[in-house]
Amino acid sequence: MTAQFPAPAPDLAPAAQTHAAAVGGGKSAISVKGLWKIFGPGEKKIIGTPLAELSRDELRVATGSNVAVRDVSFDVNPGEVFVVMGLSGSGKSTLIRCLTRLIEPTAGEVLLDGEDIGKASMARLRDLRRHRFSMVFQHFGLLPHRRVIDNVAFGLEIRGEAKKGRRDRAAELLSLVGLDGQADRYPDQLSGGMQQRVGLARALAVDPAVMFFDEPFSALDPLIRRDMQNEVIRLHNEVGKTMIFITHDLAEALKLGDHVAIMRNGAIVQIGRPEEIVGAPADDYVADFVQDVPKSYVLTLGWIMREVRPGDPLDGPEFPRSTIIRTAVHVAAETDRPIKVVDGGKLVGMVDRVQILAAIAGFEPGSAA
Amino acid sequence: MTAIGATAGATGIRVTRRTLAGVLALAAVVIFALLHGQWTLPHNDDYDLFRTLNGVRDWVDQNRTLLEPIRLAIAGLVSLFDDILASLGWPGVIAAAAATGVAFGSVRLGLLAGFGFGSLGALGLWDPSMATLAMVLAAVLLALLIGIPLGVLAGRSARVQAVLSPVLDFMQIMPAMAYLTPITLLFLIGVAPASVATLIFAIPAAIRITALGIREVSTTTVEAARSLGATDNQVLRKVLLPLSRRALGLAVNQTIMLALSMVVITSLIGAPGLGRNLQRELSKVNVGGAFDAGIAIVILAIMLDRLTAAVAEWLDPRERAARTRPGGRLVTVALPVAIIVVGLAAPALVDATKFPDTLLFSFRDPVNAAVGWFTGTFQPATLAFKDAATIIVLNPLETVLVQAPVWLVGAALMTVAWFTSGRRAAVVVGACAALIVGLGLWEHSMQTMANVVLGTLLTLAIGLVIGILSARNDRFRAFLRPFLDMAQTLPAFVYLIPALALFNPTRFTAIVAAVIYALPPVIRLVDVGIRSVPPAVVEASTASGATEAQLLWKVQLPMSRQALLLAANQGIVMVLSMVVIGALVGAGALGYDVITGFAQGKDFGKGLAAGLAIVLLGILLDRITQGAGGTRREGAANAG
Ligand SMILES: Nc1ncnc2c1ncn2[C@@H]1O[C@H](COP(=O)(O)OP(=O)(O)OP(=O)(O)O)[C@@H](O)[C@H]1O
Ligand SMILES: [Mg+2]
Repeated sequence: MTAQFPAPAPDLAPAAQTHAAAVGGGKSAISVKGLWKIFGPGEKKIIGTPLAELSRDELRVATGSNVAVRDVSFDVNPGEVFVVMGLSGSGKSTLIRCLTRLIEPTAGEVLLDGEDIGKASMARLRDLRRHRFSMVFQHFGLLPHRRVIDNVAFGLEIRGEAKKGRRDRAAELLSLVGLDGQADRYPDQLSGGMQQRVGLARALAVDPAVMFFDEPFSALDPLIRRDMQNEVIRLHNEVGKTMIFITHDLAEALKLGDHVAIMRNGAIVQIGRPEEIVGAPADDYVADFVQDVPKSYVLTLGWIMREVRPGDPLDGPEFPRSTIIRTAVHVAAETDRPIKVVDGGKLVGMVDRVQILAAIAGFEPGSAA
Repeated sequence: MTAIGATAGATGIRVTRRTLAGVLALAAVVIFALLHGQWTLPHNDDYDLFRTLNGVRDWVDQNRTLLEPIRLAIAGLVSLFDDILASLGWPGVIAAAAATGVAFGSVRLGLLAGFGFGSLGALGLWDPSMATLAMVLAAVLLALLIGIPLGVLAGRSARVQAVLSPVLDFMQIMPAMAYLTPITLLFLIGVAPASVATLIFAIPAAIRITALGIREVSTTTVEAARSLGATDNQVLRKVLLPLSRRALGLAVNQTIMLALSMVVITSLIGAPGLGRNLQRELSKVNVGGAFDAGIAIVILAIMLDRLTAAVAEWLDPRERAARTRPGGRLVTVALPVAIIVVGLAAPALVDATKFPDTLLFSFRDPVNAAVGWFTGTFQPATLAFKDAATIIVLNPLETVLVQAPVWLVGAALMTVAWFTSGRRAAVVVGACAALIVGLGLWEHSMQTMANVVLGTLLTLAIGLVIGILSARNDRFRAFLRPFLDMAQTLPAFVYLIPALALFNPTRFTAIVAAVIYALPPVIRLVDVGIRSVPPAVVEASTASGATEAQLLWKVQLPMSRQALLLAANQGIVMVLSMVVIGALVGAGALGYDVITGFAQGKDFGKGLAAGLAIVLLGILLDRITQGAGGTRREGAANAG
């Protein structure tokens, strides 16, 4: 089973095209094809046999092995934030570790800028880890016996940089993540949020091309979590890295992700832009997930517009189709004209107050009209 | 319904098991009554195997080319430490100890260390103390050089751990007396074999604690380092070792403590120093003299414990950062340097090789006077107790074990093992018994076993009472705690001293020492076992109207069965190891065979066989008390 893409509905065209271009164009930052990870005896022997068709539980009973990642494929565009989201045990951590071979995948291909990571020698892999990737962990993984500054410089130390240079760089990063003045403290003297900032700085210090985040904010309080999410958005805007971000929190996924992949029992059940996930859930599992999401915060006008009818008044306000519904609400409230939805200067649809109210009330997009 | 059926089934089995046990016990009694005195194996000093083993020794003696370099290297290491300590002289050593205390700990620790080491001289035991120190340092250095890398490997690889773990288990249940003879076979008599014996005794703790420390390092931290491209070597140097620094400090500390607890036993194979003094005084039944040497060993233990603990703590940069010491560098650097300078300059003024006579102080006479008074007052009572126990329990038990047909004892042991620990244990027990017969030491083994059985029963009875009291009364527990803590840090042989004072040199003395030695862990286990019964269960029983006694017998004791079994298991192994050391204070049988083996060339073979018999007896007793499911000793690392 490969990842299912949502059927491209006509009004999704722009978003779907972007992603399709990335998939087809071969210039993705990361490209994963048919990745498997099975824990347990004889892991290599299972793939390609009928055993591989069994569900996770059935396989565990039959062979004692545990499928953590099942035939996963996806592409990540350069510079985007790609979020993998799923419930506990769905295989997210295993997946992200297979990408850098912190866990050896059982089968499949991972390409980083076209280079097959699976074929890299141990030395090459280390080199990649030292210069191209870095990772932020849920439980921080800081070295308690080192000061904050030396924790941040750790990756630079590992790759053999001189003390002076790495300290200077670490100090720069500390101020980038807002930890000025904390350089000489020890990690356990900091709050959880600050510790994760150190983890973030450590990952940024090596100036990687790709950053991996494994539920980095799950251990933090909601308020601090929001701060940190904003911090990631800010850093992403400032440093423009490709980021693979794991979370089990849908709101976080929708907030951060350019694309979101939903995992279940090791397999990806849907990949798409946040509004595609919310607007067109691929199955009941995803639909269940997204049912409580306030639609007007995620969906764009493109999702709720109706076709232009002859006789529609054309003197109402005008918005691009990619406008989030919520941002159009106050304008819609002040006029009794329908909103004109345009795409590249061309009128593509109309939105009445009814549709906006329906979206706010949480009806499915199709049922509003 | 099925649940009820299963319960009924289980009860049915229990009834038949109990009946079966009764029938078998009765059968054993009948057979004993009819056949005692037949199929016995009286001791024979000229058993063929002993001569063969003598021959093995002679052969090894003529082919020492491979072993000699090792022996000389180890002896060389010890004499290197000897030379260092000698060249420092007593002022230098005391200064070094005090300076270490001040630099890494506090001024108070410095004072304590200075006075502690000074008191070794004041006891008139400077030279033997330094001899002991040199040997302990050499043995500890070797143990750490081997143990820490092995521990790191075991900590990182589940496979290494799986291979090493049973070996370490075995090393830890093996009484030290058992391996002295094989070691002398390889390395003769002197500091080298003594260091090797110490090393074997201390190394399991070094390996275990290191492995535990390595395994406790957070996996995320290791993963974070790997994700940054760290090599295995970098992970080890920059993450694992620094993060298990506390465990490593503890490993050093425990290794030193265990090494010190070997000084008396190793004196049997030629280790010089305090152990030899103590053993000499014990053999002269000079309790006061033994007390001096014992106190010196304890002082040395406390000093090394405190100093290594302080250094280990200092190694943690967080501790160092958090600690603000009054006086700053003046105290942490200048003062220690000044102390050392004074220590090194002292030889210009005083004779550094000999501790001044004017400062001498001894506990010998006061202790002997006190012991004299005490024994004068109580010995009638203690001796009566001893005689009663000997006549009522020990002698009959020994007679039964020695006089019963060998196969009957073997079958009885296997049956007991089968009942307590399952079929596999029964097979192991049978094999051990058969091997003991083959070694030609059946009678002596049975005598030793009688001592162990009595010692264990006493330990369990007393341990159970004290443990129950401690579990039920917080104040009693608080009162007990310091004694238990202290007892676990004292070297085992220390208990021989009061036992000797109370009971004169006899087998019973060894049993009493063994009981004192094995009691603290048993008390702890009983206490923990009873306390870990969930409060909800206790509450429910009280609510249904159980009396205190019913609560204890019907709920708390049955529910802490696992802990009690573990207590029996730990107790029996500890009693065995002490009973054989008891040969120093008049116990006979296997321990004595080992000791005469060193003393007399013609008895070497018997000594070697006796060492093996002790091991076999240890395994046998361990298996019998292991319980179904094989309870493993968790706290074994600090049971030494
Ligand atoms: N080393 C391992 N050996 C065997 N099974 C493993 C191992 N690591 C993970 N698994 C199994 O693989 C499955 C996926 O685990 P994984 O940790 O990747 O899930 P996750 O989505 O990250 O969950 P969480 O949100 O709890 O972190 C689980 O069923 C887990 O039990
Ligand atoms: Mg996870």
